[in-house]
Amino acid sequence: MSAGFRHQHLLSIADLDQNDVNQILDAAELFIEVSRRPVRKVPTLRGKTLINMFFEASTRTRTSFELAGKRLSADVVNISSSGSSVSKGESLLDTCKTLEAMRPDLVVIRHAASGAPQFVAKRVGCSVINGGDGAHEHPTQALLDAFAIRKSLGTLSGLKVAICGDITHSRVARSNAALLNLFGSEVRFCAPHTLMPRHVETLGVKVYHELEAALRGVDVIMLLRLQKERIEGPLVPSLREYARKYGVSQKHLELAAARAIVMHPGPMNRGVEINAALADSERSVILDQVEAGVAVRMAVLYLLTKDLRALTATQAASEAG
Amino acid sequence: MTVTGEVVLDSQAVARVIRRMAGELIERTRGCARVGLVGIQRGGTPIAARLAQLVRETDGRELPLGVLDITLYRDDSASALLDPKVGPSRIDWQVQDCDVVLVDDVLHTGRTVRAAIDCLLDYGRPRRIWLAVLCDRAGRQLPIAADFVGQTVEVPDGFVLDVVAEGGDGDGARLRAIAQQAGDKP
Repeated sequence: MSAGFRHQHLLSIADLDQNDVNQILDAAELFIEVSRRPVRKVPTLRGKTLINMFFEASTRTRTSFELAGKRLSADVVNISSSGSSVSKGESLLDTCKTLEAMRPDLVVIRHAASGAPQFVAKRVGCSVINGGDGAHEHPTQALLDAFAIRKSLGTLSGLKVAICGDITHSRVARSNAALLNLFGSEVRFCAPHTLMPRHVETLGVKVYHELEAALRGVDVIMLLRLQKERIEGPLVPSLREYARKYGVSQKHLELAAARAIVMHPGPMNRGVEINAALADSERSVILDQVEAGVAVRMAVLYLLTKDLRALTATQAASEAG
Repeated sequence: MTVTGEVVLDSQAVARVIRRMAGELIERTRGCARVGLVGIQRGGTPIAARLAQLVRETDGRELPLGVLDITLYRDDSASALLDPKVGPSRIDWQVQDCDVVLVDDVLHTGRTVRAAIDCLLDYGRPRRIWLAVLCDRAGRQLPIAADFVGQTVEVPDGFVLDVVAEGGDGDGARLRAIAQQAGDKP
């Protein structure tokens, strides 16, 4: 008998154990197949409502959650900060209370402030999913990366994974490090000093500042976007200098393990952190990551909704007994 | 009266019954341009494979095989747990305008078949859907009937009827039907 998915929310990878992650990834295997059918829709979440609240710009995460909800037959509503009451000065709490009155089953929140989804989760009755909060976490991205890694390499354990780029501002790096550490893989962060957060060693990762050293023998090369707004600011002197020192191209693959794969959460800056030929090479699983994104998010929506029902049933039973 | 763990059909009976079903299937689908077999996960899968093998041996016709997992189509999917052993659905041939024979081990409430029909329709519009079941047991909760029945079985309420492979894993060769008191399943 498999234990149920014992969570009401998905806020952080730190809340999950190996069994939780495996449950999500196994369910996602089922949903990959659904997305390849002639009719890409199953009736599982019919009558459920999903609200996507994006207080920060996002194309792929929002689209991915929207498709995930729709392919499960949920009603999906998207709210972005511009053009909503948020831009009229409403507080986060008031926005949530208003939304809760509309009785959604699931809410996805992306917010520039770290901890915003946790703040909301404590104050509403529905399931809350963290769609990326500040520089803190982006759990569904780490889960879809894990899905793509497991599919290509067959395991999440005992791997060496290099995550290169703007670590300071990357919630993707943090969530991935947490998940891979959970499975006993070695995580290496590689960035110039100006893009490496302070106290990074507390995340349980190895710190590198030289690209060649970081990539030696790794199974996965994960590149992060150099955010345009940081370029030519005080952190990075010029695009060309960054590309020369930290841009990864096919010649770097020789340093990595023979089966190594290349990943990027997107959007890519071709010619900056990743060479265009490498992004399109057979070692790149970047488009697999996007496909996995929809399936993993379907799995999360499915497991959280089910759990909510199960919890309610358990509570009702214990009250009756 | 059935007692706990009673063998309703032993492996020889199952083999004989499936052979007869294959004969009926050949007879009644003669003249159909395209016929495909779809097993409902997990009990229907080995039976569908065995039927395809028998049709090939008897009639020389190669029927395409598919499998359906109906978990996501269940009317109680919100409270049902995802069975980690259930594989994904796979039908890699054109369902459109095909005569599809849905195959399951036990027909009881009819809810599984209802879900399987809904699931199958998402792959295309078959010319006709047939239903073949190894064991037909009373207790229908939906207006559903089988076209091919291996054996009508009487099992008291509160009992579970399972078709399992003898000695663990098998591919339809050594199936047995066993009735057990609900909750006694290991």
